[in-house]
Amino acid sequence: MSGLLPGFADPVLDAQSAFRAVLEAMSRPGRIQRIPRAPSPPRPLCPAAGAVLLTLVDSGTPLFIDAGPDALEWVRFHAGCPVVADPAGAEFVLTAGRPPGLLSLRAGSDEEPQGSATLILQVQGLEEGAGWRLTGPGIEREHRLRVTGPPEDFVAEWRANAARFPRGVDVILCTGEQVAALPRSLRIEEG
Amino acid sequence: MSAEGYNFAYLDEGTKRMIRRALLKAVAVPGHQVPFGSREMPLPYGWGTGGIQVTASVVGPEDVLKVIDQGADDTTNAVSIRRFFARVAPGLRTTERTAEATIIQTRHRIPETPLREGQVMVYQVPQPEPLYRLEPRRAETKRLHALADYGLMQVKLYEDIARHGRVGSSYDHPVMVGGRYLMAPSPIPSFDNPKMHMSPALQLFGAGRERRLYAVPPYTEVRSLDFDDHPFEPLRAKGHCALCGADHTYLDEMVTDDRGGRLFVCSDTDYCGERQAERAA
Repeated sequence: MSGLLPGFADPVLDAQSAFRAVLEAMSRPGRIQRIPRAPSPPRPLCPAAGAVLLTLVDSGTPLFIDAGPDALEWVRFHAGCPVVADPAGAEFVLTAGRPPGLLSLRAGSDEEPQGSATLILQVQGLEEGAGWRLTGPGIEREHRLRVTGPPEDFVAEWRANAARFPRGVDVILCTGEQVAALPRSLRIEEG
Repeated sequence: MSAEGYNFAYLDEGTKRMIRRALLKAVAVPGHQVPFGSREMPLPYGWGTGGIQVTASVVGPEDVLKVIDQGADDTTNAVSIRRFFARVAPGLRTTERTAEATIIQTRHRIPETPLREGQVMVYQVPQPEPLYRLEPRRAETKRLHALADYGLMQVKLYEDIARHGRVGSSYDHPVMVGGRYLMAPSPIPSFDNPKMHMSPALQLFGAGRERRLYAVPPYTEVRSLDFDDHPFEPLRAKGHCALCGADHTYLDEMVTDDRGGRLFVCSDTDYCGERQAERAA
């Protein structure tokens, strides 16, 4: 190991601006937000995924991460989070390859739906105005979002995830320095 | 004057992360109350500690903050919270103009000036549980929310009609969010309830003493609870503002002497001031 890459240049203000981007993304599903001043995490993590991790994960949140030893060491050092071996026990989930199925992750209970997992999903590209048709809270009429490289059968899986509302997994899509979010209240149809 | 030795926006980073995680879950389940570890703040409970903690977790140096108390920018609560953030959040600008603000922390009003995308409303909430007066057991209300069983509240509204002839709460009138969760709109006047429906702004709610927060994303359906044959009607004093002449705003009644003299003025001081300036020009 040649050396650990740094986290946020300014841990306080950079985390604040990253959180605002994620909050805006979660509030307006399908709108792409740019994270200013994102860190440069080790590959295969993209800057946006690194920023989301450092903004939200800490000693109180079990993380499942399957993205190689460099990423593991980086997030452990900077976030100090417990790392779990089973995605079903994690509050945040990030994988470099195919992610575990949405229905296998923590979904919360009807009384406490906030106990659900958040999946941080790295994709190859995000583009507004084409692709999936999104409707639901946060969207005035309809947003379009094209996701390059989503997991196979994601839309069908999402339908099952959204059908158990208020239980369900929330997804944060990351590519480069961009994020978009899919809260469980969202309906997705293939465009 | 800025306060030395404090983290940006007063709260430590661990607390902010905890509140930020709770806020994201609250946005994903509109209207659902999410518990959070409310901290002791340098203001007592009842002075907006929930709202302050939400604002502190969201705010950054590029923001422009407006704080209102019952619509007014110049009352004790609003002034002290605005000064608090000016001291602990270096770089933050404060304003009294609704149109300029990116974050509006409010106690019990929604501004008259229409909100826009990019703005965040932060409500100070004394009692987040809309069913509290009907069912004080928290374990029971959690179950009722889980089952979306809001019959108790329908009965209460029915009894209001039977007694008063109308669906009758003038403030804190319960709303259904996204057709799923019954939510306390914080004690805003029922006049303001319709402004929550499909608002372009993100609305966040913080209850410090009760340790719960919740959210309404932008463009989300917010319906005031009512009956088909007794539709919800927002209440408003019948009169004009004595200062700007407005007949469409929420009015405060002022007693002017001890012989029954009284007049009405806009509760929203910024909106009223703008209208007065327009009339003078």
